[in-house]
Amino acid sequence: MHDMQMPQGHPDAIEQAVRQVLGSLAGDMTTTEATLLAELEALGREVQRAKTEIAALRVDDINASHIPRATDELDAVVEHTANATNEILDVCEGLEAMQSRVPAAESEKLAAAVTRIYEACSFQDITGQRISKVVSALKAIETRVAAVTARFSSGADSLPLPEETVPVTSVTEGRALANGPQLPASASSQQEIDKLLASFD
Amino acid sequence: MAMDKNMNVLIVDDYKTMLRIIRNLLKQLEFDNVEEATDGAEALAKLRAGNFGLVISDWNMEPMTGLDLLKEVRADIRLKHLPFIMITAESKTENVIAAKQAGVSNYIVKPFNAETLREKIEKVLVHA
Repeated sequence: MHDMQMPQGHPDAIEQAVRQVLGSLAGDMTTTEATLLAELEALGREVQRAKTEIAALRVDDINASHIPRATDELDAVVEHTANATNEILDVCEGLEAMQSRVPAAESEKLAAAVTRIYEACSFQDITGQRISKVVSALKAIETRVAAVTARFSSGADSLPLPEETVPVTSVTEGRALANGPQLPASASSQQEIDKLLASFD
Repeated sequence: MAMDKNMNVLIVDDYKTMLRIIRNLLKQLEFDNVEEATDGAEALAKLRAGNFGLVISDWNMEPMTGLDLLKEVRADIRLKHLPFIMITAESKTENVIAAKQAGVSNYIVKPFNAETLREKIEKVLVHA
């Protein structure tokens, strides 16, 4: 049997190893060995097909273009809603300044309407936090796509898979429990929270 | 017991829009002496330097969260009895329990309405 270098885990190395084995053992095999080698050859073809498919997906575009564009669009959404909310608040503050110049009954109605607008404007905070969560998810996808791309690119056969990011500084309880807004189905209501707080008394 | 509406109130939130909304709602409740901070560290510095009667804080802020601010306040001999209301989108049971164990005076979940804010402030200040 000829000398053979061991594959390092990269698809090209595996394929090369299969070809070396086939070349060295041709004409001198048992049925079991032949089956094993046929399976190895099929595996090599499968790896090659996977490489071709991944190349066809143009995963580089995901990190180079799609994800940055998506995060930019989301940042723009936050900026535009913040600007619009501030304009609404400007108008409300103007209406409040007029309250003293209108009859008492109308002034009261005006105050109630302005209060409702203030309450509704808090949507900007909630949507901003939700969008931040989406941006974080996109960045996590970006990291994983970069790892897959590096793994399948030529000359990267000895590259280790990137390790999960571990925060260098210690995480406080406040940070560990900061998850942002829950989806409506899993969020606790004010009533439920009041009840929970009361159970401590 | 009547509330002293001339007291200094510190509101803490990293969203400027939210600070503006809370300030306006407090103004409607006749609290006019309102100061702002955009994270826990800035809030703590202001609390230590000033004379406040109430803190209304968000949870999710960088670098110091609202819960971490609350713990610092409760650990400070001069501030430990300061009424502290958390207003946050964090609505999980574990968050409420952690805040209660850290000594929160009351807990409001976002989005909230003016009536809830009035009710919680009244409850906290009357029992302070």
